[in-house]
Amino acid sequence: MNVVVLIKQVPDTYGERKLSPEGRLDRDVSDVIIDEINERAVEIALQLQEDVGGEVTVVTMGPKSAVDTIRKALAMGANKAIHIVDDGLAGSDALQTSGAIAAALKTIEFDLVIAGNESTDGRSSAVPAMLSERLKVSLLTNLVTLSVAQGSVAGTRSVENGTMEVRASLPAVVSVAEKIADPRFPKLKGVLAARRKPITTLSISDLGLFPLEAGGENSWTQVNDVIAQPARTSGTVITDDGTAGTQLAGFLAAAKLI
Amino acid sequence: MGKILVLAEHDQHALKDVTRELLAAAARIGEPVAVVVGLPGTGDALLAELGAAGAKTAYVAETEHAEDVLATPAVLALETVANTVDDIAGILIASSVDGKDVAARLSVRLNTGLIADAVNVEESDGTVMATQQVLGGTYSVKSTVRGIPIITIRPGTIEVTQPTSAQPSKITIDIVVDPVGSGQVVARDEDEIASSGRPDLRTADIIVSGGRGIGSKENFAIIEQLADALGAAVGASRAAVDAGYIEHKAQVGQTGATVSPRLYVAVGISGAIQHLAGMQSAKTIVAINKDANAPIFQFADFGIVGDLFEIVPQLIKAVNARRSDELINI
Ligand SMILES: Cc1cc2nc3c(=O)[nH]c(=O)nc-3n(C[C@H](O)[C@H](O)[C@H](O)COP(=O)(O)OP(=O)(O)OC[C@H]3O[C@@H](n4cnc5c(N)ncnc54)[C@H](O)[C@@H]3O)c2cc1C
Repeated sequence: MNVVVLIKQVPDTYGERKLSPEGRLDRDVSDVIIDEINERAVEIALQLQEDVGGEVTVVTMGPKSAVDTIRKALAMGANKAIHIVDDGLAGSDALQTSGAIAAALKTIEFDLVIAGNESTDGRSSAVPAMLSERLKVSLLTNLVTLSVAQGSVAGTRSVENGTMEVRASLPAVVSVAEKIADPRFPKLKGVLAARRKPITTLSISDLGLFPLEAGGENSWTQVNDVIAQPARTSGTVITDDGTAGTQLAGFLAAAKLI
Repeated sequence: MGKILVLAEHDQHALKDVTRELLAAAARIGEPVAVVVGLPGTGDALLAELGAAGAKTAYVAETEHAEDVLATPAVLALETVANTVDDIAGILIASSVDGKDVAARLSVRLNTGLIADAVNVEESDGTVMATQQVLGGTYSVKSTVRGIPIITIRPGTIEVTQPTSAQPSKITIDIVVDPVGSGQVVARDEDEIASSGRPDLRTADIIVSGGRGIGSKENFAIIEQLADALGAAVGASRAAVDAGYIEHKAQVGQTGATVSPRLYVAVGISGAIQHLAGMQSAKTIVAINKDANAPIFQFADFGIVGDLFEIVPQLIKAVNARRSDELINI
C-alpha cells in the first residue's frame, strides 16, 4: 500500500511569529520547522508501512528551505519526497495549494493520503478536504486512530461532543489529530540514509498549472487589514499567606465574576 | 446585499446554538437563508426555530444518509442551492469538525474562496469582510474573497438576535447521496464532558483549567470541583492531557481549543506560549502556581504564588460561602 504524507514547514511555535502588513508570515523572524502534527502523520504512515508494506512518500509545497522539512521526514523513515517549489506559488491560499498538491499527486500512484488536521500557522484545516474533493476520493478528518484493511481505511474521529467510528474505501484522504501517535526521533542512520533518498521537485509548469491558479496575487482570499493585538500585561501577584484562596474569591466578587 | 446561505447544525430535533449565531451573522450582511440537511422529517421539526432565529427561507434536503455519511449530503445541498438561487452574497458554516470539511469541499465545487474560523463578518462597500484571529490571537486580520465568500464562523463569537415569530418559507430540494466514495459513520459515542452538564469549553463564560501541576488523574477532581463551584467548563494544558488526567477535548492552546471566556483560571499551568495561544483573549486571567517565575504570571490579572492543594479548596469554600450568602439575602 502506498501512502502519501502531506507535510508543511511552519514557524516554530516556541519562537516569535509575525505577520507582514500583507498578512503573510514573516519567515525572517522565526525559526522554521516541520509542523509537529506532520511528524505524527509521518509516524502513523511508517507504522502502517511496518504492518502492510508499500512506500511512504512525503509531499510538501513550500520555499526552497522546506527541503529541511523533507529531510526530517525522510530521516524518520519515509522513502521519497516530492517538493512543489516555485516562487510563483508564494502566498497561495488553501484553494490554490490544494490544486497544486492535487496536480502533484496525479504524477504518482497512491492508496492513502495522510495530512495533519490543522497546521499551527494557517489553522484553516482546509487543505485535506479540498484535496479529497479535487481528487474525487473519500475523506475522513480528525482521526485519533487509524487502520487499513481490505481496501478501506477506518478509525476513530474526534468531534465536539464525542467520537465516531468511521470508514471509507481507498483511495482516500485522511487527516489526523494530535493523539494519533507520538513521533519517533530520527536515528543517525536514518539521517544519513535521508541524504540519498530521492526528492522530486515540481514547478508550476511541471504541474501544468495556469499562472492564475497560483500565488498571492491571484489568491481567492485577499487580506485587507492586519492589526496586531496588544500584548497582555501582568496584574496583581500575591504570595499565599494562608488566605490567598479567600482573597481570590474577594477579587472575583469585586470584578463581578462570581 | 443579497442572500446569505447558512448551513444549519442540529441534532435532527433542535438547532445547535451555533446555528442561531450563524443566522445572526447572516442578518448583519444580507438576508438569512437556512439550508437544512437532515433525516426525513427534520425540516418541519426545525422550521419554527429557524424562523425565530431570523431565517426568511429554509431550503430543506432530507435523506436517509444524513447521519451515516460524512459531509457529502451537506455539500450536495449547498451546491444545489448555490447553483439554482440567484443573488447569493455569501455562505456561512460553523467552524466545527464537520462544518470545516463541508466548507472546504464546497469551496472546490463552487470554485470560490474560503475564510476559515472567522470571529466576525461585516459588510463593507457591498462586499463581505470577515475577521479572523491568527497566530494564537496575536493578530486580527480582515479579509475578503473574490467570488461568493464561504466563511466558517467560530462558535460562541457572534451575539444572537432577539427571537422573532416569523415562519420561514420552506423549499424542498432533492439530493442523491451515494455512500460509496464518501466517509461513512459506523457508530457514535458521546463523551463524558458532553454529558457532564458542564458548559461547553469553547463557548463557556468561565473556564477552570488544570495543568501538569495537578499531578494525577485522581487529583484532577479538584479542578472539576472548582469548575462546578464557579459554574465553569473544565480545560487543561497539553501536559495534563498527555499525562492522562483528562481527555484531549479539554485541551486549550495552539493545538487545542481557542477560548475567550470572561474568566480563565489556570491552575498548575506554567503558561507556555502554546497554551497562551489558546486563551490569551480571555477577559480576565487568574493563575495559581507555586513557581513565582512561571511565565503565566506575566499574563495574569490576578496571580497567586503558592500550593494549589492549599489554595483551591479554600477558594471553593469561599466561593460556595458567597453563593449561600447571596441565597440568604434573596
Ligand atoms: C506544536 C506544539 C503545540 C502545543 N500545543 C499546546 C496546547 O494546545 N496546549 C498546551 O497547553 N500546550 C501545548 N504545547 C505544549 C507546551 O509547550 C507546554 O509543554 C505545556 O503547555 C505545559 O503544560 P503545563 O503548564 O501543564 O506543564 P508544565 O510546564 O510542566 O507546568 C506545570 C506547572 O505546575 C506548577 N505546579 C506544580 N505543582 C504545583 C502545586 N502543587 N501548586 C501550584 N503549582 C504547581 C509548576 O510550577 C509548573 O509551572 C504545545 C507544544 C508544541 C511544540
